[in-house]
Amino acid sequence: MTATAATPATAASTDRRLLASGLLFGAGIAASVVDLLVFHLLLQWHHFYDLGTHEAALVGDGIFHAVAWGMTVAGLFLLADAGRRAGIAWGRWWGAVLAGLGGFQLLDAGLLHKVLGLHQIRYGVDLLPYDLAWFGSAAVALVVGLVILWRTRRRA
Amino acid sequence: MSAALASAGHDHVGASGVDAWALVEGVALAAVAAAALLYGIALWASRRRSPWPVARSACWYAGLACVALAVGPVARAAHESFTAHMVGHLLLGMLAPLLLVLASPIALALRALPVEEARALTRVLRWPVVRWVAHPIVAGVLDAGGLWLLYSTELFAAMHGSAFVHALVHLHVLLAGWVFTASLVGPDPNPHRASLAMRASVLLAFIAAHSVLAKWLVAHPPAGVAPLDAQAGAQVMYYGGDAVDVALLVLLGWGWFTATRPRARPVAATT
Repeated sequence: MTATAATPATAASTDRRLLASGLLFGAGIAASVVDLLVFHLLLQWHHFYDLGTHEAALVGDGIFHAVAWGMTVAGLFLLADAGRRAGIAWGRWWGAVLAGLGGFQLLDAGLLHKVLGLHQIRYGVDLLPYDLAWFGSAAVALVVGLVILWRTRRRA
Repeated sequence: MSAALASAGHDHVGASGVDAWALVEGVALAAVAAAALLYGIALWASRRRSPWPVARSACWYAGLACVALAVGPVARAAHESFTAHMVGHLLLGMLAPLLLVLASPIALALRALPVEEARALTRVLRWPVVRWVAHPIVAGVLDAGGLWLLYSTELFAAMHGSAFVHALVHLHVLLAGWVFTASLVGPDPNPHRASLAMRASVLLAFIAAHSVLAKWLVAHPPAGVAPLDAQAGAQVMYYGGDAVDVALLVLLGWGWFTATRPRARPVAATT
């Protein structure tokens, strides 16, 4: 915190904004940049379009894509807002980013891949090691993020 | 593009002997030149007032350059290539509107016009029909809906068969993109601008509709478009659209950021 004498109420709301910023940015980056750079461009496991993709999956993908960019940009502006109000507790922000990234990845893998079966990590291979790596890395990011958030919590 | 579309596209010289395609291109380029001249005249007419940001003028001329590219060389290449058609669509429907909105032409016109004419202009802008069309939902439906109509009906083939339909479609793409962009962001005065939540929701819906259409085009290319050409064009639409859409999201966020600037704290400032 900076020299500004913040009342407990404004400090709490600033902290909430910082958390919201990190969670939104982490989830947004997981959905937009990680998917695009890692799976489409770097590994090329995902393709721009697979013939036979269900129309509902196509619509879901479009909404997912739009919300991902929205969350990423909104997270960054909330961060800038926290910075001009009270300075940024960077450790806490990174904790929130990791929690958002891991939480989103778990949701994506659990709900979209497994329950709804919209798409998979990779096609034409045994999925078990990939799923374990994906769920595992997501869980690690989520737990590390939550631990950081717990250790940097505001003490009243 | 297939022989069918190419032959339709090359059916240029009408019964009157006038090349309708060249005529359309000529009229469009003349309109671009007139817009360039008008902005310059307005700058000159308001030269005694406070300085006008150079960046705004630069945006106007860059936006007009995008329009000229789209209706000139890119439109000619688009007779043969769907990918070129999509580059033109991006220039005309997304990038040019963004730049033209950032050039703030209405604020410039209000500075340059005499008081009476400026009042008349603001009266026109307050017409219910203008306010209605400039609402993000209506403008967004006109913009994205027009694209869905173009690519999912016979309109695409009709457009390549008739210079007149071609001109109308492209005029719609530019105007709908322009009004939609202006309904969301930009420095021009807009007393009836929708709330931030409304603008953000409509923009997200537009991004979703745009990216769904881009991917849908791979599986359902317009009649006569080869699969590889359709795939390349769809990717231009998807990723190019993303670039402009993220710029729009950032401008929306910037508007929120400056509007919610905290007031100076008198106690903290003295220490």
